[in-house]
Order: sequence, then structure tokens, then C-alpha cells
Amino acid sequence: MTISGSTATELLARLESGESSSVEVTRTFLNAIDRQDETIGAFLFVNSDAALEQARAVDEKRAAGKSVGSLGGLPVAVKDVLCMRDTPTTCGSKILDGFRPPYDSTVVERLRAADAVIIGKTNMDEFAMGSSTENSAYKVTRNPWNTDHTPGGSSGGSAACVAAGMAPLSIGTDTGGSIRQPAAFCGVVGMKPTYGRVSRYGLIAYASSLDQAGPLANDVTGAAALLQAIAGHDARDSTSVNRPVPDYLCGLDQPLEGLKIGIAKEHFVAGLDPEVESTIREALGVYKSLGAEVIDVTLPHSKYAVATYYLIAASEASSNLARYDGVHYGHRAESFTNMVDMYCTTRSEGFGEEVKRRIMLGVFALSEGYSDQYYVKALQVRRLIRQDFDRAFADVDVILAPVAPTPAFKIGELVNDPLAMYLTDIYTISGNLAGIPCLSIPAGFSDAKLPIGMQLYGPAFSEDRLLRAARMFERVAGLSTLSSRLS
Amino acid sequence: MNYTVVVGLEVHVQLLTASKLFCACANKFNPDNPNVQTCPVCLGLPGSLPVMNRKAFELSLKTAMALDCGIARFTKWDRKQYYYPDLPKAYQISQYDLPYSHDGHLDVKTDDGEGVRRVGIIRVHLEEDAGKNMHDESGRGQDSQVDLNRCGTPLMEIVSEPDIRTPGEARRFLEEMKLLLTYIGVSDCNMQEGSLRCDANINLHIPTDDGGHVATPIVEVKNMNSIRNVELALEYETTRQFREFQETGVKLGDPGGNKVTRGWDANRNVSFEQRGKEEASDYRYFPDPDLVPVTVTEEQLDAIRGETCELPTPRRARFQSEFGLSEYDASVIIDQGPALADYFETVAQGSDGKQAANWVTQDVLREMNERKVDIDEFAIRPDVLSSILKRVTDAEITIKSGREVFAALLADADADIPISIKRIDRIIEERGLKAVSAAGELEGIIATVIERNAQAANDFRNGKQAAIGRLIGEVMRECKGADAKAVRAMLVDELSK
Repeated sequence: MTISGSTATELLARLESGESSSVEVTRTFLNAIDRQDETIGAFLFVNSDAALEQARAVDEKRAAGKSVGSLGGLPVAVKDVLCMRDTPTTCGSKILDGFRPPYDSTVVERLRAADAVIIGKTNMDEFAMGSSTENSAYKVTRNPWNTDHTPGGSSGGSAACVAAGMAPLSIGTDTGGSIRQPAAFCGVVGMKPTYGRVSRYGLIAYASSLDQAGPLANDVTGAAALLQAIAGHDARDSTSVNRPVPDYLCGLDQPLEGLKIGIAKEHFVAGLDPEVESTIREALGVYKSLGAEVIDVTLPHSKYAVATYYLIAASEASSNLARYDGVHYGHRAESFTNMVDMYCTTRSEGFGEEVKRRIMLGVFALSEGYSDQYYVKALQVRRLIRQDFDRAFADVDVILAPVAPTPAFKIGELVNDPLAMYLTDIYTISGNLAGIPCLSIPAGFSDAKLPIGMQLYGPAFSEDRLLRAARMFERVAGLSTLSSRLS
Repeated sequence: MNYTVVVGLEVHVQLLTASKLFCACANKFNPDNPNVQTCPVCLGLPGSLPVMNRKAFELSLKTAMALDCGIARFTKWDRKQYYYPDLPKAYQISQYDLPYSHDGHLDVKTDDGEGVRRVGIIRVHLEEDAGKNMHDESGRGQDSQVDLNRCGTPLMEIVSEPDIRTPGEARRFLEEMKLLLTYIGVSDCNMQEGSLRCDANINLHIPTDDGGHVATPIVEVKNMNSIRNVELALEYETTRQFREFQETGVKLGDPGGNKVTRGWDANRNVSFEQRGKEEASDYRYFPDPDLVPVTVTEEQLDAIRGETCELPTPRRARFQSEFGLSEYDASVIIDQGPALADYFETVAQGSDGKQAANWVTQDVLREMNERKVDIDEFAIRPDVLSSILKRVTDAEITIKSGREVFAALLADADADIPISIKRIDRIIEERGLKAVSAAGELEGIIATVIERNAQAANDFRNGKQAAIGRLIGEVMRECKGADAKAVRAMLVDELSK
């Protein structure tokens, strides 16, 4: 097996046995980026020199017999929404052109502590607003399975680089499905952890009450190892939860006895592609054959999820993005007549259409006289959605659902129809609103040979259970070894 | 005309914490080194997150409790959104609909000095301060500059009910507030450095013939950098609003009768209209999703109660009852701050209260002023002064000798000689200041002096009053600790026999 086609676990074993050095592994992935990324467009910044330097340091540490971190020498790509000291961090936006944060996000800090080699910053929809990575101000990312198609979004770069063998692991962020949907479109494993499981410090906020960073990998074990490295309480993030992190790798291969899987009828409605539906039904069959019990559950408020999400996320975004005003950092308009004009011109030039759309929506939803009808109402519905899940999880261990209504759509297909684009998040958004962990794992292919993912939802802090349930499936369904045709 | 002045104050107070409200940067007035007390959090850099400073929250709880406010057991943080270069996140973390405290009060003396006005406190809430913009005032059109040292420092907003009825009451409200806050140690209340700032809302209720009244448009006065200026600005506004009402008849709520903001020009002693807000601003408040709500427990409140010192008002009353001070003397001591009051108490406990008050308010304050030192730096510590006074009340030395000892000790201090109670004894001995309390001893001296100065004695007996001076002088030379008045009386007695 080639290095770039290997899973993270296989690579770690090679590194630990001394079969390969981190420099060798890192160089292989850098070469893969060189060869392919002109076509795929997954990276906004390739950290070549620093990555090799980091790899060399890990090799030296290992050679000296010193203890090496859990990801010792393994390359990891990081979505460009996470701050990294002295390294361009743009959020896919022109307004942060030239911005180099003076500090590391906690996720990056923990990756470094685990001796991961940070290979580059990946492309994304501007400020994580989008489902196709077409909203990046810098480039379009293409789906490695079919370059006419999008990789999904907003973590499209992170999903595509893993699928194309340009990195074994990557970090994405998920506000309404931005890890899970691109993972499904690109045929990789992706997980949005429980809100508060991974520190948001240094994660450039889109919607603070929904944003959560998580792992993408070409198999479940890789995702578990990466989550292990980044999860845990952080005193710098008051919303991070102070609760011990279980060992996600220990027992991962042990199937869950008597697993109760919930199926919600609200997840199988008009708009769901028949190929996706049949893939999910087949996956259910696999679980049944493994001894799982399938139970019907109901999530009656899930039909309000998209509307609720777009009010809450846009409201928070309108506030979070107000700081990009050209005064302190990032883009500033060249010419303006006065202070207010400087603000207006800077923001008009710096933000893309989708970002402007959401800012305006959010400003409106929070305006005096409207906020009770929109923002406050949305918070109330959010609570109902969370209660739906609480009730369902009284009866089942996990809920199995589609990730997206369709396999990857074509580039340009939905770009002029924002509402249709918003509806692609219909199966993922509830997980963010409820703050619960959810995982996307490849489950099959469409006739057009595009990957189809399935999603597992679990109660808060059940990441270990979700990973084990996914691994159960992966072991028999054998799709974990899927890799891009390009690799 | 007999109109009523209606004033409500909004006081902003910077808390005396080591670090800022949501990050670890120093909370320190430092205008000469701009932008050095900053970090990604208070600079509002992308991705940074606030974490509440528990100490700041405790100090603000302490303040609200001292103002007798109700404390909310559940409170949260909200974002107040507006654009300004000194506000790098484009929102201020503040408290909107669920402030941590509500419904307190502060009592102030009315203008006649007799009555007490209870001024309601609507709420005290905590928020982060903004930075400072510095504009080029040379007219040469230089760029404006932003200093973010202050950005994110903890700021309390204390909002009073419109219960204040005169500019004098407003001044005393602020004086009493400042005293209270410095007493409990939550702020230094330095108005020059901006750690206490005040905006005033004022209008007039003018009686109408039908027994009701009309209200003049409310004016919010800003830019007052001293308590005296608040009083002056309110006096000015009172006259201006009445004159304007007589000229225009415009009432609150009429067209052109909306609330306006005026600035105070302390050089010209006038208020001036500030550029009116073009439209009502909508701050789009909403709960800050980056911060978890705060819950307050009874144990926390008990702990704060336990560490809060006696407040000025009850202490003033206690000084009157316990030490027999006049209200005036008690106020002079209390109003100087807790350090002087503590000093006084130490002195008074070892001697006599009234005597201690006289010495502290006269001798000690005078010497402090001359030396430009605080009470904490004053060379004669309260136990030493108490010891001097005790000797006076025990008639061991006279008041005059006491003052001499006091002056001698200060001279010692100026010459770097350490001051102690022992040193008092040495001074008394060296200078022969010990009071001659045994009447017999003094009688003997007097008899000897009269014998030695027969001529002077006779002159006095013959009606030459001045002659006694020589006799007194001689007795005093013999016996330094004697009280001149007593000597005189005894001489007169003796010579009249």
C-alpha cells in the first residue's frame, strides 16, 4: 500500500515501527498536493517548509527515544477558519486577506502537542457559510470523485484533501453540517462532536452557539484518533465543557451489543434522492444482520430546523462578523470619504454575496420590533428540537439518517438558488441546534459513482458510542478503504 | 416660579481589579504607552473568546449589596452592537434585560442639611469599557489614533431613579457614592483618570394653573469631569431650560421636545448642544453566545457580606453614639475615607473620643496637608498619638505639652529619627513637660517664688495686674510641666490671702 493511500492508523504504525519517517510521509503528501491540488483546489495555503521542519523535529524526538505525541509525525490539514500563529488565516474571505493571527487556536495547539504535522490550510465557503465550497473568495474546490461536482461545504477543502490522498487527516468545522455533508460527498468519515467537546478558542466564529470543530479521516479509527487529540476542556472557552474525555480508540473495534437504532420518518420525505434512501435502508440491513434492533422514533419539530437555523446562525453571524470593519486588521478600502464610508466600502468590498445575505438576514432578525418574532422565536423552537432528540434517545442508542438529500451536486448547479442550497442541510442542521454529536460515514455509491454517506446521531457526549457504531458498520461494509481514484 | 428640578444620574465606575473583565491583560491607567495592555481577546481578534473575571463580578456584587440592591440569582451577558473604532468587536459585552442587581438606594442630605433624600438605584450592571480614540485637534487633519489599553476593563454602570431634586443633591449623591465605593475598595473613583464618570438626565416640572404640571424636554448632559462640574452643569441647565420653556413653551414629547444630549464646557461654564443622533439607535441586544450565564449562590453573597467593611452611613452614626462626636466632626472624619476613620478609631479607643476628633480633624489633617501626605504615610501612627492623648487626659501632661510632643515627634520624623511611644517619654523628660500634679509641690514653688520676688508680689497686691506675669514666668521656668492657667489661679489665690 502506498503512503498516500494508507489510513492514518496504518501510517502511524509505519512511523512507530520506523518503516517510514515523518519527513518521508510528509513529503509524500506534499508531493500529492503538488500533483493534484491544481485540479482539486483543496488548499488555500500549503505549509511546506514549516511542515517538513515539524516532521524532522518529530523524527528526531522519536530517534532520541523521547515520548512522542499520539499523532506523532502524521500530517493533518486544517480548515482555514482556525487561527494558526503567523500563518495566513483567511476564512475563505477577502476581508481577512493578509491576516496572520498572532496566536494558535486551541485545536492547532493540541495538534502540535500531539506532534501532528500541520500540512496546510484548507479551502472553505467564506466564513463557513455555504454547502459547496463555491463561496470561497479564492478558489473553487472540486470533488475528487468527479471534478465537475462540488465536494460539499463548507469544509470542502478538508474533505477533498483526505479523499484525494493529499492528507490522511483533516480538521473541519460544522455549524449546520459543514463537516458531515462534505465528508458524505467525498466518501470520508467526518464527525461533529457535542457542542463544548472541542474548544472554540481560535475558531473564527460564524455562529458561536452552533460552531464545533471536528475530525475528517479516511476511516473511523483515524477520526477517533484525531478527535482524541483535540477534545477536552479549555479554560479559554467558557462554553467548553469540563468533563473527562474517554479513550475513543480503546474498545473501538468491539461491536456494540444490543444496539438500538432509531429511524425517524421525518428523515425520509419528499426531496430525498431514491439512491440515498436505498443506501440508508441497505445500511440498516447491515446493522440488523449485526444484531441491532431498529426502532421507529419521531422528531416532530425537525421540519422547522432549516428556518430556525437560518435565523439563529444569521443573527449570531451578523454580530460576529461586525468586527471586520477595516480599522484594526484585514482588508481596508483604498478610498473613502469619512469613517462611516470607510466601514461601508471596506465591508462591501471584503464580503461575498452569501455572507452579505446572511448578515442582512441576521441584522433584520435582531432588529428592535422584530427580534421577538424571529430571533427569540427561533430560540424557542431550538429548545423543542432538542427535546425531540431527548425523547428519542430515551428509546434508542443512536439515530440513523441520511446526511444530505442527494449525492454531490454539480458545481454551479445550486449557486443561484440559495434556498435550494440551504435545503441541502436539512438532515444535518438539527444536530447543531440540539448540540449533539453526529457522524457521517461512507455507505455506498450512486450509479454515477459518487459516494453516499449515512449519518449517526447520538445523545450529548456519546462520541465513543457513535464511533463504535460506525466502526461496526465499516468493518463489514468494507467502504473504509475507499480512496479517491485520483490517488 | 416654583418649579421642580428632576435629575437622574448614570454613573460609570471602573473596578479596581488586577486584570480586565474578559482577559488577563492588566487593568491599569496607562495613557503614555498606548496599546501595550492588550491581547487577542481585548483586541477582538477573530477566533478569540471572552472568559469572565470572577473577581470583577465579586466586586460588582459587593457594590450592589452596599447600595442595598436586590441581587439576581441568574444573570447573563448581552452584546450591545454599534460601530466605533474604539470598540474592536463592534459590540460591547454588557447586560441588558437581566442585570445582576436592581432596586437599591443611596441616602443624601437635602440642601438645608436637615433632611435626607433617599435616591433610588434602578440597577447596577457590569460591562466592558471601550478603548479611547484620539483625534488630531491641531486642525492639520492628521489620522485619528486608537488606544485599546482601556478596552475590556471592567466597568459598572449605576443608574439612579430621577429622585434627585437639586444640583446640590446631585453633587452630594456623587460625593456619597464616591465615598461608599472607595470605602468598600471597589474603585479609586478618580474622575481625572476616568475611573468615575457621570452623565446626568435633567428636566423641570413646571406647575400649571390647574394644579398639574408640564415637563420640559429631558436633556442628557455629558463630558463633566468633576463632581463640581456636574453641579454647575445642572445649575446651568435648570436656568436654561426654564428660560427656554418661557420663550418657546416646548414640552417633553412635543415636536422638537425629544430628549437631547448636551455637552458641558467647563472652561466657559455653559452646556452646548451635541450633534443629535440622526435616528434612534438600535443596539440589537442579544445574549452573548460566547459566555455562559452566571448564577449567584447564597453562600457567595454571605462570603461577600462577611468581607465587606462597615459602610460610611452606619459608621458616621456610630462615631456619634460611641465616641460622642458631633455630626459635623463625624462627617469630617468619615468623608476623608476609611483610612482616616480607622486612624481616628485607633486614637479614640486609647483616649477620649472628642479629644481624638479634635486632634485628628485639626492637628493631623493640618500636618498632612502641609506635608502633602496621605494618612497612611503620616509619621505619627495612631497608637503613638493615642498615647500622647492618654497622657493629656490622665493629666500627666498638659494639652500644650501634648502639642509640643506632637511637634517634636514630627520634627524627629523629618530628621529620620524613628518614632515610638518610648520616644514620647524621652521628649517629656528632656523638656521637663511632666505636669506637676501634686499640688503641694507646686505650692512650695509658688511660695518660694513669691518670697524671692517680694516687690512684684506687692505691686500685684497693690493693683498692678501686670506684675503677676513675672511671677508666672518664674514658676513656669521652675516647673515646665505646670499648666500656666492653674499657676496663675494659684498665684492669685496666694497673693489674695
